[in-house]
Amino acid sequence: MTYDTKDEAYWTALLVAVGSKKDRDAFEELFSHYGPRVKAFLIRTGLTPSVAEDCMQDVMVTLWRKAHLYDPTRATVATWLFTIARNRKIDLIRKAKRPEPEDLPWGPQPEPEQADVLALRDDTRRLAEAVAQLPPKQRELIERAFYGDLSHSEIAAETGLPLGTIKSRIRLAIDRLRYTMDSDVQGAARQ
Amino acid sequence: MTVTHPISDELLMGYAAGLLPEAYDLMVATAVSLDDDARARLSGYEAMGGALMDEGETAEVDCGSFDAIMNRIAGTAPEPTVHIDHITPRVDAVLPQPLREALGGDVDSLRWRNMGMGVRQIAIGAPEDGATARLLSIPAGQAMPDHGHHGTEVTLVLKGAFLDGERRYGRGDIEIADDDVEHMPTADLGDDCICLVVTDAPLRFNGLLPRIAQKFLNI
Ligand SMILES: [Zn+2]
Ligand SMILES: [Zn+2]
Repeated sequence: MTYDTKDEAYWTALLVAVGSKKDRDAFEELFSHYGPRVKAFLIRTGLTPSVAEDCMQDVMVTLWRKAHLYDPTRATVATWLFTIARNRKIDLIRKAKRPEPEDLPWGPQPEPEQADVLALRDDTRRLAEAVAQLPPKQRELIERAFYGDLSHSEIAAETGLPLGTIKSRIRLAIDRLRYTMDSDVQGAARQ
Repeated sequence: MTVTHPISDELLMGYAAGLLPEAYDLMVATAVSLDDDARARLSGYEAMGGALMDEGETAEVDCGSFDAIMNRIAGTAPEPTVHIDHITPRVDAVLPQPLREALGGDVDSLRWRNMGMGVRQIAIGAPEDGATARLLSIPAGQAMPDHGHHGTEVTLVLKGAFLDGERRYGRGDIEIADDDVEHMPTADLGDDCICLVVTDAPLRFNGLLPRIAQKFLNI
């Protein structure tokens, strides 16, 4: 599997178009790409296909309604949708709104710094590449670890995974995210 | 804000993956609101979730799915274009927003239950998967009462500070004590200590997530 480096910029532009001018064609394209992925993720974490369909439709409605709040310096489109889908699923199960961290006090930048957008995109691309390049069996194990459904014998087998490469790449991505966050803080302090 | 005893990576990853009981979600959301470094680490785990979803399998959507979505959109009032959070000036609250939402207000407006010796507490929400959350207020200089605990106990300081052995925990700091830990936390002199305390039977991710987190993060 290969990862198209144009992807992130492309999807970000579509989401921004939905946010700024309620672009229906852009929305349909986002739906065609992410709808099946969001639905598969929801099934993966335990929802039945029909509940997952319903939940995925909710996520897409949220995408339409909240697209203008999307901040490309904070998250990629995939990450933003992942958090919406995760929260929506938990809300459905609990029938209550999930606690979320307080918004950062300075709020989103009116004009996101292009360098920040690019830096985040670069880090997340590296992370996505690392995930994409994993052999299917290893990715399956990581997914199951992340989604919390590894059995005890699999946990034992899992500890032998050679994850050095992905580990260092994710470490890099996280350091970079931290750096972006720090420069945001300093930027806000100067204002 | 300087946090010297930050929230653990396994709790952040559990929150990112959506695996935690509600009481722990509240703990993580509150702690992250007070700790920008934890917020950045959480972003890293959420980016991992996004990458897994993006690079993962696809599931065929129902036929007519897109029309159903457009119908749902037509049936709901549009979102205000300016989000209220971003135009309201921030007030200096003792409790971060997720806790204020869970309790319906900040510390001064709450209905505390007196536990004796000046100690007050409020139970938050219903227990889920055995995990309970409560807000605890201890008078300055006094030991935390009734201190036996089974399972894990996570304490987040919101106001004042407490001492436990050589360590001092201030606003934003977290102490995790397992049931085999014997300790005597005491509110520091000067100010009453207000904490969010989550207790439970052993956590679902015990053992597994920390090991996974170590692999990813070299912690
Ligand atoms: Zn510590
Ligand atoms: Zn204790």
